[in-house]
Amino acid sequence: MKIESRLLLAIGVFFGIITICYWFTSYEDGGTLMLIGATSLGFVPGAYYFFWYRRFHGHKYFFWGRTNRVVGTRPEDRSDATIADGAGVISSFPGSSVWPITLAAGAFVLLLAFVFGTWLALIGVSLILVALVGVTAESRRGGRY
Amino acid sequence: MTDVIVPQIVGGEPAYAVHEEHGPTGLMKWITTTDHKVIGLSYMITSIVLFYVAGLLALGIRVQLTTPHGTFISFQQYNELFTMHGSIMMYLFAGPFAFGGLANYIVPLQIGAPDMAFPRLNALSYWLYLGGSIMMLLTFGVAGGAADFGWVAYAPLSTTTYTPGIGADLWIMALVLTGFSAIFTGVNLITTIFYLRAPGMTMFRMPIFTWNMLVTGILILIAFPVLTAALVLLFADRHFGAKIYAVTGCHTVTGAVDVHACGSAVLWQNLFWFFGHPEVYILALPFFGIVTEILPVFSKKPVFGYKGMVFATMSIAALSTGVWAHHMFTTGTVLLPFFSLMSLLIAVPTGIKFFNWIGTMWRGQLVYTTPMLMSIGFLLAFLMGGVTGVMLASPPIDFFVHTTYFVVAHFHQVLFGTAVFAGFAGLYYWYPKMFGRMLNDRLGKLHFWLMFVGFWVTYIPMYVLGLSGMPRRVASYPTGLGWRMWNDVSTVGSFMIAVSFLILLVNLWVSWRYPVPAGDNPWDGHTLEWFTTSPPPHHNYTHLPVIRSERPTWDYNHPDAPNIPIHGDRGGGTHPNGHGPYGNGNGTGSPGHGDGASGAAEEVPAT
Amino acid sequence: MRRAQPSTSWHALDLRLRISAAVWLVSQIVDQSPSGSPSVASAPGPAPAPTSSSPQPARHRPRWLVALVVTAGGLLLAGCNLPTFGAHRAISTQGQDSMKLWQGFFITGVTILVIVFALIMWAVFRYRRRSEAIPRQFQYHTLIEIIYTAIPIVIVLILFGFTFVTENNVDALPKPKISVTVTGFQWGWRFHYTTKHVTVIGVELQDPEMVLPENETVRIYLESHDVIHGFYVPALIFSRYAQPGIINKFTLNLHTLGTFRGQCTQFCGLYHSLMRFRLKVVTPAQFAAWVSAHQSTGPEASISNAEKTALARSTGHATPTTTTGGAGS
Repeated sequence: MKIESRLLLAIGVFFGIITICYWFTSYEDGGTLMLIGATSLGFVPGAYYFFWYRRFHGHKYFFWGRTNRVVGTRPEDRSDATIADGAGVISSFPGSSVWPITLAAGAFVLLLAFVFGTWLALIGVSLILVALVGVTAESRRGGRY
Repeated sequence: MTDVIVPQIVGGEPAYAVHEEHGPTGLMKWITTTDHKVIGLSYMITSIVLFYVAGLLALGIRVQLTTPHGTFISFQQYNELFTMHGSIMMYLFAGPFAFGGLANYIVPLQIGAPDMAFPRLNALSYWLYLGGSIMMLLTFGVAGGAADFGWVAYAPLSTTTYTPGIGADLWIMALVLTGFSAIFTGVNLITTIFYLRAPGMTMFRMPIFTWNMLVTGILILIAFPVLTAALVLLFADRHFGAKIYAVTGCHTVTGAVDVHACGSAVLWQNLFWFFGHPEVYILALPFFGIVTEILPVFSKKPVFGYKGMVFATMSIAALSTGVWAHHMFTTGTVLLPFFSLMSLLIAVPTGIKFFNWIGTMWRGQLVYTTPMLMSIGFLLAFLMGGVTGVMLASPPIDFFVHTTYFVVAHFHQVLFGTAVFAGFAGLYYWYPKMFGRMLNDRLGKLHFWLMFVGFWVTYIPMYVLGLSGMPRRVASYPTGLGWRMWNDVSTVGSFMIAVSFLILLVNLWVSWRYPVPAGDNPWDGHTLEWFTTSPPPHHNYTHLPVIRSERPTWDYNHPDAPNIPIHGDRGGGTHPNGHGPYGNGNGTGSPGHGDGASGAAEEVPAT
Repeated sequence: MRRAQPSTSWHALDLRLRISAAVWLVSQIVDQSPSGSPSVASAPGPAPAPTSSSPQPARHRPRWLVALVVTAGGLLLAGCNLPTFGAHRAISTQGQDSMKLWQGFFITGVTILVIVFALIMWAVFRYRRRSEAIPRQFQYHTLIEIIYTAIPIVIVLILFGFTFVTENNVDALPKPKISVTVTGFQWGWRFHYTTKHVTVIGVELQDPEMVLPENETVRIYLESHDVIHGFYVPALIFSRYAQPGIINKFTLNLHTLGTFRGQCTQFCGLYHSLMRFRLKVVTPAQFAAWVSAHQSTGPEASISNAEKTALARSTGHATPTTTTGGAGS
């Protein structure tokens, strides 16, 4: 997690600097706003990863507090890890699912509605709703293998 | 099997032979799949089909330009043709082929993951992409024809006053769909790389291709939301009367400008290029990654300067987001020195990459298979495209070649170099892994040489044309300027490229009809994907080797030839003299083998 | 760890010496060219560059740095004598500045292209597989990596320096003697001579002609009536967008008589390819005569839609007709 968080934080710092340079050399607001967006794109997930990196090593919030559940460095971050260190449940991967294509078809029809007529939106929105309900139910069931 | 095998556990069950037989079959299987390999292949097939479509459009453009007052197609058709050629190539082929197709297929394999982190999201992004592609192609069939404002859709030309047709609306919606698809894929790639690496696969042991895809994913997240937002605003301008880009009703003939009464045409350019320039690197970085995978394998050496390569990738990505206005130098509204310097600076990390690629080949044992030839083709093509790119980064030079054929030649050299040379290098390289059978090398080489010659014949004349003042996107040009000859040469070249891609089709047919089994590791590959079977099983790995460097499969197969720094001066007793690459000593051969061997084979994990 | 830091050792010292020797040699060769070729008569040509007379070992600066500066500087200063590498001869002083920069960039670019190309080709041919032996698995060399990071940075900074200077020259706005407002519209041009009551309009195949005097400071105000157009005369070595809502200003100091073709470069709709015009540079006396011949006493001309449509209809004629001169005629 360390390198991941630093990578993202570095993006934030880089764009922070660029934003400041850009603003004070141009006073142009459009580009500055986009650069601020990019800055936060670095800082927000970077802070999230940094938070978990610290917590894995026993710090409750960034630099404050202690937690007893120390995970330590993950096997994928340890240069000496063996494959056996990673044994166990990695994650749950859903099997085949019909909902992605349903959702995409809904989005497709919904966007067509903007071009060809509002009535299409009815079909699009209902497809999207069905897909959202379906995918939620599927996730609760744990997916069909 | 051997002593390095430890079964991975996925979803509470062993990874091998997972449940494939229980799922749906046939068409339903494809429609409901969440397997990254199937999705990746779907992505690749779709994008290659679209590549052929856009290539045909390009041939139409070239035929129109063979004569000065071309009458092959009308002006309107010509404008639609180059718009759709650019749109399909940029939005629907180059990007999706790389980060939707190859990355989707290869990245989980390279880091030893069973699948992408969000398999259903992955499927969703493919279907959105397919929907967007269909919508884009639909525009040919609607009244008023396809969009005809160029792939950059500069406002106010793209507002309803000047482009009223619904082809333009469909074009916008198609890009909204593919934009979301790209964003989802970006999220998926980043999460997969952050969370699903195999034990021991630290960040600095990931193959360069995976690294580049990580950086590309981040770039996608920076760039694509801006495009989607800009497109939504454009649509609002077109149909809801928002005056964001529109300038109707605020003529400036008298010189009086009421800035509050009209939108800003430059805003579109700012937004578009804030997406557009990172997009160029979204299209380039994955292909850099492909080449960085192929060159070491066929040089039988590790990639030279691995860490430098990673940091070069990051610097390119970082700088690429600060250079958008170098497409806008001639608007007279941007800060020239800032963008000029940033653009020029990109040459530095790109140069590092180049020298690292050369260093990778240096003193290797180069084997010229088709992927290797394609990669060298990429090096040469991109080299020239890069150098002319440095020229364009200088505003005074950009002023006089901007929007001429010089720029067309430049970005075709860059994009053809990356998306086509390197992209199809990747196809030739990973095809055995994907299908378990080889592509014919002889046909592949024929494909390469025709394409390589055709490439130079097509694009070098465009530089000449651009410098002598031929603007881009013209459907006809006057006689008497000497342009006809160069245009004809260029057209001949484009047909050579077209023929070379027919050879690719033949090659695919041959491999389908007369399969030559590939085996798991036909190239003596370095990275993890060559460790599993071809094609890989469901959830990719039944077992994994121990990972001690960025090329675990090589370490496993060649325990006596680990990576070493150039002097061989770690590991103690090696005499440093004569080991440098330019040194005068006997640096080749055995001295490197013994020293510093401490990695791959030392650990014998539990059975 | 396997990829421990390689030591920044001095074993590649001989390499460094070789590189500096080679660069010094290049600087020697380059040094010949500026002094060897005569400077042109038109501009007060640059005297054989003072920098180029000092390839002697510079005090403590690294030699390659000196050589690079000398190379780039010498080439840029020698600009006037060089071919234009495919572009037009510049007809304005601003264009000449850009041309010098272009020549400098072109030579630098080709040099780099050739060097890297040679390196690739050397690797490709020299290191073909000759045996089944596994080559040495070397991976890092800090010194070389630093060198090929540093040299491009230096080159880029030099290029940027020249760019910066040229850019300021090209974009400078001295007080003009003549002002012309150029308006682009779908698909033609309107040239309005602000103080002289002369307006020239032309669309599609009726290329309008912009007449300008030589050796005068001309200010162009560039704007657009509808979409974005590109004002581009190849011989000016310059182009600029004509945009709605924005007025772009630039200066021309023309010094070559003749008629030069110009064209819209920014794609602007259906007849973009036909949106051409001509730039005619005449002597100041001829210009005065032209102005008085075309002067209009009526109100300021503006483009009415009817006029536009009428002009657009007339595009069927194959031969480009002469300029529609004079407002409201």
